[in-house]
Amino acid sequence: MKTLRDAKIGEIVVVAKLHGEGATKRRIMDMGITKGTNIFVRKSAPLGDPLEINVRGYELSLRKADAEMIEIK
Amino acid sequence: MKINIALAGNPNSGKTTLFNRLTGSNQYVGNWPGVTVEKKEGRVKDNKNIIIQDLPGIYSLSPYSPEEAIARKYLLEEKPDAIINVVDATNMERNLYLTTQLAELGIPVIVALNMMDVVRKNKDEINLKKMSRALGCEVVEISALKGEGIERLMDKAVAAAMNKERREPLHVFTGSVEHAIAHIEESILDKVDHGAMRWYAIKIFERDEQTLQKLNLGDDLLEHLEKHITDCESEMDDDAQSIITTQRYAYIKNIAEEAVKKKAPKFSLSASDKIDRIVTNRILALPIFAAVMFVVYYISIGSVGAWVTDWTNETLFSEIIAGNLRTWMEAVGMQAWFVGLVVDGIVGGVGAVLGFVPQMLILFLMLSILEDIGYMARVAFIMDRIFRKFGLSGKSFIPMLIGSGCSVPGIMACRTIENERDRRMTIMTTSFVPCGAKMPIIALFAGALFGGSGFVAVSAYFIGVAAVLVSGVILKKTKAFSGKPAPFVMELPPYHAPASSNVLHATWERGWSFIKRAGTIILASAVVLWFLQSFGIESGTLTMVEDNNTSLLASIGNAVAILFKPLGFGDWKAAVATFTGLIAKENVVGTFGVLYGMAEVAENGAEIWSALAADYTALTAYSFMIFNLLCAPCFAAIGAIRREMNSAKWTWLSIGYLTIFAYAISFLVYQFGQFFLNKVWGVGTVAALIVLVGMLWLLFRKNKYDTERFTAAVLANQVK
Repeated sequence: MKTLRDAKIGEIVVVAKLHGEGATKRRIMDMGITKGTNIFVRKSAPLGDPLEINVRGYELSLRKADAEMIEIK
Repeated sequence: MKINIALAGNPNSGKTTLFNRLTGSNQYVGNWPGVTVEKKEGRVKDNKNIIIQDLPGIYSLSPYSPEEAIARKYLLEEKPDAIINVVDATNMERNLYLTTQLAELGIPVIVALNMMDVVRKNKDEINLKKMSRALGCEVVEISALKGEGIERLMDKAVAAAMNKERREPLHVFTGSVEHAIAHIEESILDKVDHGAMRWYAIKIFERDEQTLQKLNLGDDLLEHLEKHITDCESEMDDDAQSIITTQRYAYIKNIAEEAVKKKAPKFSLSASDKIDRIVTNRILALPIFAAVMFVVYYISIGSVGAWVTDWTNETLFSEIIAGNLRTWMEAVGMQAWFVGLVVDGIVGGVGAVLGFVPQMLILFLMLSILEDIGYMARVAFIMDRIFRKFGLSGKSFIPMLIGSGCSVPGIMACRTIENERDRRMTIMTTSFVPCGAKMPIIALFAGALFGGSGFVAVSAYFIGVAAVLVSGVILKKTKAFSGKPAPFVMELPPYHAPASSNVLHATWERGWSFIKRAGTIILASAVVLWFLQSFGIESGTLTMVEDNNTSLLASIGNAVAILFKPLGFGDWKAAVATFTGLIAKENVVGTFGVLYGMAEVAENGAEIWSALAADYTALTAYSFMIFNLLCAPCFAAIGAIRREMNSAKWTWLSIGYLTIFAYAISFLVYQFGQFFLNKVWGVGTVAALIVLVGMLWLLFRKNKYDTERFTAAVLANQVK
């Protein structure tokens, strides 16, 4: 299973499925990361974590631990 | 007739700017009952009959954050006459997600398409007619920043509020989901308010716990509805919540594609992205951050701030107000005790705190600017990695940094941390960082017993920071801070020039809440301490005493001194100094001065160095210093904790934790110091060993509330 955590910086990936449950999953979905969404992985923070991604036209940062819940194609 | 209009929208959508523009100074700021989320209400400037309720900035109406829960509760229970939904037109897709949810509540919605000035500058085009049709509500173009379209928006909002006609709700979902929702609607027809029926039906479809609990549908009906839901789930191979969210976004994406023509290609670099390439750059981010913080710190605490504070404290309050007041009061022949109460107690006590106001306003001004332009989110982004390790988040860094100047604004800066757990933990630990007023204590003992070594100050900072981090780990593992870990999913809003109205409003609000407190809790405590210090029992009667040694405070000091015996400074003078430190930490030095018979001492207490050196050893002095640095902060900071926690229980918990932690550390330092330096051992050493083991256990025990590990396990199972 490939997750957003494994995506390379500068890559555009497509969301296949969301794992996990409860508040975190809901929050990720509420922010616009749903099945089939395009995500552009912009960069990682200076210390390697969190990530900065572009989704639905805005910039979002999320921790790698949370990115692991996002399965990509 | 009064009209209630609620203002709803995403964070960073310009909601606050619109609110300030609509209401001007007719604002009331408070807290929502039971939580620390700010509640703002105001009357429209040119029509006082319209009351605007500013809801917290939210992305969704799901029940997971306190902000969302409040907004949801307010809309469902208070039922405003209309909702103005502020939408950032430059970031349509995510903003409209909330719109689709608001439209289901049965309350008229007006979409205020904000930041149209930016949209026009980007040469993008938006078809309002198409949008309005697709969303089923009026769409008005505005620019809250430039004040464009506001009147039209209010006209439409009032018209919508007056029009009680019911609108056909939007159908945003696919056939089978709509079918299931229709079924649910049918079966709850007589159980819920007609207007919000669709909302309830969708929530039941999502198996929203709060809704199910509230409606109490009965097992038979639930089982029947469950079948419809699981049918949809198996058809779409997804869970109900995901189906709803995905389809909402699909619907919006359609609208956005139909109604919005963007000039710039997708994923292209905007001006904001270009700034970010430097500001959050791998190599430059940390140096830039350090430079920004240095400037903020230097201006607000070092140069301008220090100058202003010295002036207000020494010139304004001591000379002009206190000096003249005393002369005048004595001239008209008032009682000596009354002059003392007013001048030394009230003016002295409150003045000591109010003296910090100008400095704080400067600091708040700079922080408000950083917040308004969007830099704070970047700080959290840069620092998160480090702080997460200790149970805090990237957003905890700013309060601690400010706290090194003064804990009060530091604690108040915690307000920018949305997550309640992280915020509470940061509020609790911020005062560990040595503030400016603790510097004289350090200077006093460094001078008296350590030959003025700078190492003492460095070690104080080190201990402060270590206390924060250790507490982070300890607290994280307690029940009070348990629960599902909050995700760090944070928007990095585009940079924009600061809006003076927002910045000034934010600065003033923070400053004013501090001034108000100085008038209440600090005033009361100053009077009480003045009384205890000035009165004593002499030959059987309560009279005013000249000599501090016979004051009530000294008696209390004597009584509690025994508590400090295990820390090595069980002498009443030290106990009293610790107490007066609660008014303001720098009082510790002044109190020692008075108690050792000096009328006036310099800031570092150089006059009493030799006297102190006689009474203290390096070890007891260090132990005393640590206790005073870490224990409960001054009344002003306690007041700030009370305000930010918005709960008496949490305030007491914080003070208790700080004091017990301080006691434990001082105890360890003194007892082990005795053992290693002076080869003294006894019951104390054994007790210290037990305390040490206890602390190590608290630090390294397994976190039974660690759900992060749990989700990882679930993930692993799913993969199998």
